[in-house]
Amino acid sequence: MKEPIVRARDIRKSFGHLEVLKGISLDINAGEVACLLGPSGSGKSTFLRCMNHLEKIDGGQLWVQGERIGYRRSGNKLHELKEHETAKQRASIGMVFQQFNLFPHRTALENVIEGPTVVQRIPKEQAVEEGRQLLARVGLADKADHYPGQLSGGQQQRVAIARSLALKPSVMLFDEPTSALDPELVGEVLDVMRSLADSGMTMIVVTHEMGFAKEVGNVVHFMADGQLVESGDPHQVLEDPREPRTQAFLSKVLA
Amino acid sequence: MTLYTATEEEQNLSIVPARYRGRWVMAGVVVLGVALMAYGMVTNQRFQWGTVGEYLFAAPVLAGLGNTLMLTAVSMAIGIVLGIAVAVCRLSPNPILSSAAWAYSWFFRGTPLMVQLLFWFFMAALIPKLVLGVPFGPSFFEISTNTLISPFTAAILGLSLNEGAYMGEIVRSGIRAIPVGQTEAAKAMGMTRLQTMRRVILPQAMRVIIPPTGNETIGMLKYTSLVIVIGYSELLTSVSIIYSRTFQTIPLLIVAALWYLAVTAVLSVGQYYVERHFERGFTPMKAAKALPKTAANALSKSGLPPASSASLATVSGPAEELEKAK
Ligand SMILES: Nc1ncnc2c1ncn2[C@@H]1O[C@H](COP(=O)(O)OP(=O)(O)O)[C@@H](O)[C@H]1O
Ligand SMILES: [Mg+2]
Repeated sequence: MKEPIVRARDIRKSFGHLEVLKGISLDINAGEVACLLGPSGSGKSTFLRCMNHLEKIDGGQLWVQGERIGYRRSGNKLHELKEHETAKQRASIGMVFQQFNLFPHRTALENVIEGPTVVQRIPKEQAVEEGRQLLARVGLADKADHYPGQLSGGQQQRVAIARSLALKPSVMLFDEPTSALDPELVGEVLDVMRSLADSGMTMIVVTHEMGFAKEVGNVVHFMADGQLVESGDPHQVLEDPREPRTQAFLSKVLA
Repeated sequence: MTLYTATEEEQNLSIVPARYRGRWVMAGVVVLGVALMAYGMVTNQRFQWGTVGEYLFAAPVLAGLGNTLMLTAVSMAIGIVLGIAVAVCRLSPNPILSSAAWAYSWFFRGTPLMVQLLFWFFMAALIPKLVLGVPFGPSFFEISTNTLISPFTAAILGLSLNEGAYMGEIVRSGIRAIPVGQTEAAKAMGMTRLQTMRRVILPQAMRVIIPPTGNETIGMLKYTSLVIVIGYSELLTSVSIIYSRTFQTIPLLIVAALWYLAVTAVLSVGQYYVERHFERGFTPMKAAKALPKTAANALSKSGLPPASSASLATVSGPAEELEKAK
């Protein structure tokens, strides 16, 4: 069997006395789209942020593409990596945020080439050329010279996706990418994500878009209270959930 | 459902902006008041405008002005660089750096500038020799403090180290004004802390940092007169030397004031352009620059009634895409 792209084993995380992740284990295979569902505060964002070491885990182990994230093991000890080593690992893990977090002082194109030129030190001309192709891919070729403040929410999120893709990541993390959008702008972002999935990108998507999860997702993981409650085929989990907590959540969401 | 269609009469209604007649009255009162004051000053013999004119461009005054400008420019430049370093250290996760930065701010903000100037100037009396070498071991290099510390270097050290402490707080508040999402996005892209600072945080923080830095620069222009205590000469020193000899105190103080005002005016203009530079991406006006030139110009210069400029905005891009998305 092939090595999974993401391998999480018993991930634990607390903020002070609050235990937010109580031992999460899951595998995500190459080309898989995994949707993460669960009530607010169940730890979905925290889990995603652990995957690129934006949060330090308190326990468990995590590998992305066979590489241990955030630590180096020697004997019985896990030594935390230095800043530049963590930074290097992060560059191959794309992340898209609910609030887009584009750099407002840079145009769409400048946002997209920032990673390649600053982090990967790719020559500027090459980065610009690839950046324009990426903007075209998310349908924004004509917006290259616009500042984020001149773009709609949906357009900003598409630029943010292009910005992550510019680093040629092996996996993309999405944290509620459409939750901050006006309803009529959700579709354009989901379209981009769907075509990204079709191109074979491995994706972990925290979302409340049930339609997207069923149509594009290969697997749904349902989280509650920092635990993985139920995992499986999207249609099975969303239409015929086995666990009472999943049932309770879905009945509230779909009501 | 039937749609309402405006009648021709309704379509031809024209809009008249609100008029503020009180403003004209106020302006008149202000202009009159200023004119009276100016007249009073110009015609008052005791202001000795002739003497003012005589000394305005006098060589010692211009030399003093040159020194003032140089002290201000050099001290501010060093102060800003120090301030950025102090702020970045203060916010560093490294406890040694952050407490060192805190201690620096505490010391240099907590002691009078004049004391600091005198301290640097008299350093030679306290520490006669500066030695580079291994502690308690051989020394490689020795220099007498007196040759190193002239009134000029003492003035620069005093002014810029003091300024660095204040600038540190200004830069820190600017950095803290940037939403954490910006740092998160930069980190997630694989930027290091320094790259994040340089490429993402500081360029945005400049919008917050520039106005108080303008204040600091204008303040520094006048604080430089404190260097009189260590015998370095600048604008105010130069005129005071003249009036202590000629007893024309008022006109010479006017000469100094006129120069300070002129330099402040120039600095304010400079500040306007620096502010505009860092507004990139933040204001709608600046945003118009990225739009096709013609449409942007038409928008700002046409003075067309609201309806027609709105249709121009649709041609120019973002609005159009928004329409499509809907
Ligand atoms: N930096 C933090 N400090 C303290 N508590 C936090 C922090 N981040 C998240 N939490 C808490 O952890 C819990 C899980 O948060 P989160 O992962 O954002 O949940 P979700 O994304 O599923 O809504 C919440 O109770 C939240 O208040
Ligand atoms: Mg969340």
